[in-house]
Amino acid sequence: MKKFLLLITVIFVVITATTCAEKKDDTVTLLTHDSFWISEGVFEEFTQQTGVNVEVQMAGDTGQLLASAILTSSNPSADVIFGIDNTFLQRALNADIFAVYESPSLSKVSEEIQLDTQHRVTPIDFGDVCINYWIDSFSSDLPPPKNLDDLIDSKYSGQLVVQNPETSSPGLAFFLATIAEYGDDWELWWAALRDNDVTVTSGWEDAYEVEFVAGGGEHPLVVSYASSPPAEVIYAETPIDSPPTGVLTDTCFRQIEFAGVVNGTKNQEAAENLIDFMLSNTFQQDIPNSMLMFPASNEAELPATFAEFAEVVEDPYMLDPEIIERNRNNWTERWTQIVLR
Amino acid sequence: MLRVENVKVPFDGTYVLNECDFEVGEGEIVVLLGSSGCGKSTLLRTVAGLENPESGKIWWGTQEMTEVPPHKRGFGLMFQNHALFPHRNVGENIDFGLQILRMTGIERQERVDELLSMVDLDGFQNRKIGSLSGGEAQRVALARSLAPKPRLLMLDEPMASLDRALRDRLLADISELLRELKQAAIYVTHDHDEAFFIADRIAVMHNGKIEQIGTPSEVWSNPSSEESARSMGHENFIELDDSGRCEIGQLGSSSGIVLIREDGLSIVPEETGIKGEVISAVFRSGITLVKIRVGKIELSTSIQGSMKVSEIVNLKISDSAVVALS
Amino acid sequence: MNPQKRFVWAFLFFLPVLFVGVFFYWPLLKIFSHTLDGERINEFWSYLSSKPFRQIAWFTIWQAFLSTVCTMMLALPAAYLVARFSFPGKKLFQALTTIPFVLPTVVAAGAFMALFQRFGLDQGMFRLHHTVWALLLAHIFFNLAIVVRTVGSFWAGLDPRVEEQAKILGAAPWHIFRKITLPRLVPALAAAASVVFVFCLTSFGIVLLLGGPTRATIETEIWRQAVWRGDISVASVLAVIQLGAVMVMVLIMNFLQKRQAVVESKVELNPERASRKLLVGNILLLGILVGLPIVILVERAIGVGDGYSFQNFSAMADRISLVPLSSLAALKNSLLFAVVAAVLAALLGGVASFFVVHGNRWLSNFLDFGMMLPLGVSAVVLGFGMLISLDTPPLDLRSSWILVPIAHALLGIPFVMRTVIPTLRRIDPSLRESASLLGASPSKVTKYIDFPIAFRALGVGAAFAFAISIGEFGATSFLPRSPDRLTAPLVLFRLLGAPGEALRGQAMALAVTLMVITAATVILIEGSVFKRETIRSDF
Repeated sequence: MKKFLLLITVIFVVITATTCAEKKDDTVTLLTHDSFWISEGVFEEFTQQTGVNVEVQMAGDTGQLLASAILTSSNPSADVIFGIDNTFLQRALNADIFAVYESPSLSKVSEEIQLDTQHRVTPIDFGDVCINYWIDSFSSDLPPPKNLDDLIDSKYSGQLVVQNPETSSPGLAFFLATIAEYGDDWELWWAALRDNDVTVTSGWEDAYEVEFVAGGGEHPLVVSYASSPPAEVIYAETPIDSPPTGVLTDTCFRQIEFAGVVNGTKNQEAAENLIDFMLSNTFQQDIPNSMLMFPASNEAELPATFAEFAEVVEDPYMLDPEIIERNRNNWTERWTQIVLR
Repeated sequence: MLRVENVKVPFDGTYVLNECDFEVGEGEIVVLLGSSGCGKSTLLRTVAGLENPESGKIWWGTQEMTEVPPHKRGFGLMFQNHALFPHRNVGENIDFGLQILRMTGIERQERVDELLSMVDLDGFQNRKIGSLSGGEAQRVALARSLAPKPRLLMLDEPMASLDRALRDRLLADISELLRELKQAAIYVTHDHDEAFFIADRIAVMHNGKIEQIGTPSEVWSNPSSEESARSMGHENFIELDDSGRCEIGQLGSSSGIVLIREDGLSIVPEETGIKGEVISAVFRSGITLVKIRVGKIELSTSIQGSMKVSEIVNLKISDSAVVALS
Repeated sequence: MNPQKRFVWAFLFFLPVLFVGVFFYWPLLKIFSHTLDGERINEFWSYLSSKPFRQIAWFTIWQAFLSTVCTMMLALPAAYLVARFSFPGKKLFQALTTIPFVLPTVVAAGAFMALFQRFGLDQGMFRLHHTVWALLLAHIFFNLAIVVRTVGSFWAGLDPRVEEQAKILGAAPWHIFRKITLPRLVPALAAAASVVFVFCLTSFGIVLLLGGPTRATIETEIWRQAVWRGDISVASVLAVIQLGAVMVMVLIMNFLQKRQAVVESKVELNPERASRKLLVGNILLLGILVGLPIVILVERAIGVGDGYSFQNFSAMADRISLVPLSSLAALKNSLLFAVVAAVLAALLGGVASFFVVHGNRWLSNFLDFGMMLPLGVSAVVLGFGMLISLDTPPLDLRSSWILVPIAHALLGIPFVMRTVIPTLRRIDPSLRESASLLGASPSKVTKYIDFPIAFRALGVGAAFAFAISIGEFGATSFLPRSPDRLTAPLVLFRLLGAPGEALRGQAMALAVTLMVITAATVILIEGSVFKRETIRSDF
């Protein structure tokens, strides 16, 4: 019995000791989503410049990240939050979780993607959600569709996989693209798409990795990213010269990811420095290979594979975050009625 | 040494034990005899400390045990189902109490060997419990209870699950062993033959009470109540009218029930006795158990030799065998 | 009992109580009190009485009920086989049934999808994909092990002579099973069914991936409301309702379990050799249910291009630039977490089981019920609850890795308890009384009688806790974490979250490795436990 009690005591002491290690002052905490990663050595450069370490915390997908940030706003665990995109931006701004900081590096970022005029958030990277197609499934007899209008053509019946905008980030982005294109007539388009036998999945993973040809499925059209083809090359099992997939550049919605200093941080200065650093070339040039996104900074150079295979989308669809936030619940409810019921 | 005073144990609105009183002396074997449900097992469990009495006291010498938890009483209890530990082998079962006593390994091993030979199970040390026969399990249980040298050993119907031949042999062994060890013991049974065989004194229990306590011959010849007499195996109970008579004759002075012990009931050749008809006769190893009807009364006894059903016989009843019951 | 001993017992009792209290009930209360705003009561009410919600609630209960019934029926023959017969490879068979348990939902869903395609069940008349049937099939696949293990080990302890007696009396086999065996199995059946039901009720990934976007359960609805609509209040209301449903179920099952508990002395008979028919039948059944999806995974893991190769496995040590960790490093994390979780669960679950069986009635019900609920709470809500409650020293665990094994232990404890409690209940009271009369104090009785006898059950429970932890995705994904502490399932999900053959291959290799590790660990833990029993129990 004594041994047993001793064992328990030891276990608890060890647990408390390992978990209650003092949080150091020279650390800045970055809260982000699960898709965030940056190469080893990048944050070390920040530490060399400022003497401050970066601790990364992950909080699930973007929706979870935002919900966590809002819930903990009275006692925030992080100094900087990265990963809120324009579809969620207004909700974050309404919740007042970010402090104003206008980075001097913003000069390198195009005005177009600086959505918050008060500079509570800073754009760090962007990507385009577009329809991808499996090249071999199409030929001169059946060329790939060009734009949203083509998708409701019966030629492409049963070929497209989209994600539920209520449960998936690219799903929502694509949905917003159709609203940006058709305005109030989006309902008609989606009804037609439903009649054209569209497949809906809950998330990107089951759309791309299960239903799409690349994942072993039978559908040659899927909602994914403009950066997906280069990823197919980079992460091919046996080296290939060109990607097996292509992008329909006229179907894209632009997602912009932002970083912001947390309202109420005790490390204001370090947090601001981290924002500046995230716009530096060191960080920006690492983004494509680590996160499959495009750097926000105009000065950053793209890696070779990216430069070669990533389609640069000229005029993507965009919507004001404020309009998105105001209407999204109504829109997605209507969408559910039209497409799923 | 053990004294049970006025113990009451409630159960479901009534009392399983109602003012029980009795004593067990040094080296004495007391048998608790009674039919099932009379409370004898509960009494045993109360003495062991497994049940808490509502009132009354339990003493060991001058030490009061009523509040002492079972593991500190120094009493041993052998369960009817033996309750051997399935996860330990024979040796480890016997060793259990020694291990608790924190004896050294050598002492424990010696004691285990000693006990194994005491119960004639030499060489069984490493046997698994599941591989034992009923009699072997019984002996292991006995050895295990004896191992820590309990001040008082209690045995709860130890023979209940054994066949007759085995029972007789084991009973003799246990009796011999307990006397050799001068072990104070309480032995619970519903079998009067077992009781007579092993008891120094018999306590007859009925309805949660001790009806009578005494040496086997005392309680057998002078049972105090009908229940007591029944549990001793007596069968001839006769109801008397107000003047103390019945169809057989004058057996008392007032109304009540009397017992005619079998030993006082004999069949005589003369025509002087009471006439009766044999209604059943069962031969059993040298004697015949007969049932004789006199008027409406049926009497049982055993005789030497044989006898036929529906034969008319003459009965003689000796006065000393007529016991008035309360 | 002297005050010192009393203190020790109280301390032991409060250990599990404190654990679930701090890491489960407090976070839950905090999130509920934070989000349940009385002013919105009308809004909540109108949501709850709306048609979509009624559909969701109905579907949730309906699918959980059907899944449980199907799982129980399909698992019983295997439980019988494991309980009553010996056959070559029995341990392997038992371990294999545990494998699905650890499979991350994404991977399993992929395997099922591939299976459907191969047998033409993905479209047309016999379409299974995105149907309720796929959902049921997956639930059976995942929960089979729970029934086979808990019912099997209990069944093994029932005296087979009772059935033999009935056979001699001329009863037909089906009659014997229905009238003799089944009633005695009720405690184990109830225990297993309650766990399976709760699992299916709160199932998340399977519903999303296999059920398709049109099917929602309360659990997925909570997630949608909290994460996508940002309305944690509605999510909390739903979580309360879900918890209520789980409570009712657990209460019913606890009642059944207790009412039917019979004390039977265990007999050690040499198990019969299984008849070929039974063996073949069972292996075919489980082969189809469990084996096929697994074979497909293995094939995907070693399939490279048109041929087969182990390159996906050898690449596991290298980090892929999209993921913070190499698969190997993630496996190491998962192993560490699983060991901590299994030890915590065995320790706390074991202690709690003891008090459930031997504590007074009030204590017993309180613990039995209270420790079971973590299985039934929405991971999303609990994750958020932990975030806002464990935020001040000395319990500022928001960024600590220990939160993950703690959450896993919360899920493992009910399993440990479900396996240990029936075993403890079956210990003949006269064994404990004998021990006590041989001089053993209550703590020694526990140490020398209860513990050794329940040790095997404890081992099985711990193995379950380990398996749960190593494959756990739902709860883990709602907890904050640092990149170097990602678990294997999280890395796997991330690997499947980007295009590229190599990533997919690596994910499959990681999944196969997870399965192998789990099967091996289960065999190892149980192997040592079985051996242990025959060695001296004196330690």
